[in-house]
Amino acid sequence: MRSMPGKTLYDKIWDAHVVGENDGETILYIDLHLIHEVTSPQAFAGLRAHQRAVRRPDRTLAVADHNIPTEGQGLGVAAVADEEARLQLQMLERNVTEAGIEFFPMGDVRNGIVHVVGPEQGRTQPGMTIVCGDSHTSTHGAFGALAHGIGTSEVEHVLATQTLRQTRSKNMRVVIDGQPAPGVGAKDFALAVIGAIGTAGGTGYVIEYAGEAVRALSMEGRMTLCNLTIEGGARAGLVAPDATTFDYLRGRPASPKGGAWEMALNYWQSFFSDPDAAFDREIHIDAAAIAPLVTWGTSPEDVIAVTGRVPAPESFANPDKRASAERALDYMGLTAGQPIAEARVDVVFIGSCTNSRIEDLRAAAKIAEGRTVAPGVRAMVVPGSGLVKDQAEAEGLDAIFKAAGFDWREPGCSMCLAMNPDKLAPGERCASTSNRNFEGRQGRAGRTHLMSPAMAAAAAIAGHIADVRDFLR
Amino acid sequence: MQPFIRLDAKVAPLPLANIDTDQIIPKQFLKTVEREGLAKGLFYDLRFDGEGREKPDFVLNRPEYKGAGVLVAGDNFGCGSSREHAPWALMDFGIRCVVSTSFADIFNNNCFQNGLLPVVLAAPQVQQLMEEAKGGNHLVTVDLEAQTVVSPSGAVFHFDIDPQRKAKMLSGLDPIGETLQARDEIDLYEMKRALAQPWLEDA
Repeated sequence: MRSMPGKTLYDKIWDAHVVGENDGETILYIDLHLIHEVTSPQAFAGLRAHQRAVRRPDRTLAVADHNIPTEGQGLGVAAVADEEARLQLQMLERNVTEAGIEFFPMGDVRNGIVHVVGPEQGRTQPGMTIVCGDSHTSTHGAFGALAHGIGTSEVEHVLATQTLRQTRSKNMRVVIDGQPAPGVGAKDFALAVIGAIGTAGGTGYVIEYAGEAVRALSMEGRMTLCNLTIEGGARAGLVAPDATTFDYLRGRPASPKGGAWEMALNYWQSFFSDPDAAFDREIHIDAAAIAPLVTWGTSPEDVIAVTGRVPAPESFANPDKRASAERALDYMGLTAGQPIAEARVDVVFIGSCTNSRIEDLRAAAKIAEGRTVAPGVRAMVVPGSGLVKDQAEAEGLDAIFKAAGFDWREPGCSMCLAMNPDKLAPGERCASTSNRNFEGRQGRAGRTHLMSPAMAAAAAIAGHIADVRDFLR
Repeated sequence: MQPFIRLDAKVAPLPLANIDTDQIIPKQFLKTVEREGLAKGLFYDLRFDGEGREKPDFVLNRPEYKGAGVLVAGDNFGCGSSREHAPWALMDFGIRCVVSTSFADIFNNNCFQNGLLPVVLAAPQVQQLMEEAKGGNHLVTVDLEAQTVVSPSGAVFHFDIDPQRKAKMLSGLDPIGETLQARDEIDLYEMKRALAQPWLEDA
């Protein structure tokens, strides 16, 4: 019999990781620390300057993903043309080798985008605390792990202490019930949530996603949903682990084996929100009411149905938002009132930690199969990891994409943030499965429209933003 | 970390909502392995045109705002990427305080790691400060001890701040050194965890 009020999933993970209280902050233990080449060099330099060691190299995993080229990876780091990128990659290799941290270098089939690799390797597990110097670390919340992005000073703190100093967030629950229409999926759910709460709506909260439409999502779909949580301002998203989670984890390289599997399963099953747990805020969304969504502006909250029209700046009450909308229309080269589906695209990017997993590629391939990319459109598919690429090739997806005129690339973050050679030219319009439509994100003066993999494939075929429902057969 | 106690400086207005860290410091400047020297990339696409020439109308390029130490900006400042290069670039440029109605979570944390003070004020106060910053006098005082911002016209705005974070900003102490004092507690936690979750120990 329990007399205490119920706990949320977030509260349970938090409570299981409290090392101590210090100065009003909680010292929270970190189970898994993921690192990459861009946000770690200054952290290792800081450790060296203070003669500090990496406390738990075995609870740390390194990949090279943000700045790597998406071709010629087999030639090795020495062949990376960009000198600064090459130096960063070499620095990572040196740092992790010295510290004894497991590392999948560029070209290793296990390498890829950090938020694809962690789950794929079974490193990401329910009930864990997971951090990485990357805001999309929220992805791992799909497993019922408390996962969020940190800055480089905190990367250094975790390397040195395997803990973080934290204050507790508030609890929000987003319940998505009902049956989504064909052509509507996790990406649309996520954009619908951000559209509903706004890009700062989740600030100060951790969001737990619940409801039958969330339960029905695959792990890939749950990762897409949790990945975009940060775009709504919440530091982390969570889905309680269930049979879907455990089925995904069984047999992965770092998953527990033999008797340990049963022990782990027992532990993982304790991570759910109690029925009487209280949430500070609760949102309900009907999956059946969600249309395929796209963004029109330069913030992920600028969401409309693909059948919708670009809004007028005057429709925003807040003066800063109105100014931002005016600026966004000018930047995006759009006119208030125009149907968004009229916007012609120059580039299509299918990839990123949001949508580069096998299920994403299957969904895009299904639309591309037997069709051809519109003339003048440059369309690329960048798998999330070497293992995703191998699996897609084993399923013949690469052949479908290539036959349709898509460029089939090697894994990495690629055009999501355009740190490598994959970028938009000024003024180019891109249908993108990534996570940010910020000014200049995919290349200086580039114009990004966020959407699902199936919608991006439909845009590639049509040559303009298109309703995927017209392509379903 | 640089302590922050009190700042008398020019305030520059940036009246846009959702200024993301990609705008604060674009990706091409993230290939550095240093913390210093990022001022050149601060607000790069807002400050410079496609040919790398200064845009004369951008606020930080205007002579009257040269040397500004405070920015006042629209809601949700610092959203997006976790890149700590954003506060590093602001600091390297000479900005020590940003005033807004709200800050994105990770950016906010990163500020406190570096001695860059994020001040949250209510919307009407931010609006007033924004309007005054556009006028002829741009001098403000930010006093962390007193938790006040004094506007160019002398209006005093009180702000809230977590007392622990305030103390750390005032002292500039190294948080890693502080946490390492709890080494015994971390050891104990790990021992207990190794018993309860042995599958995490043989990775």
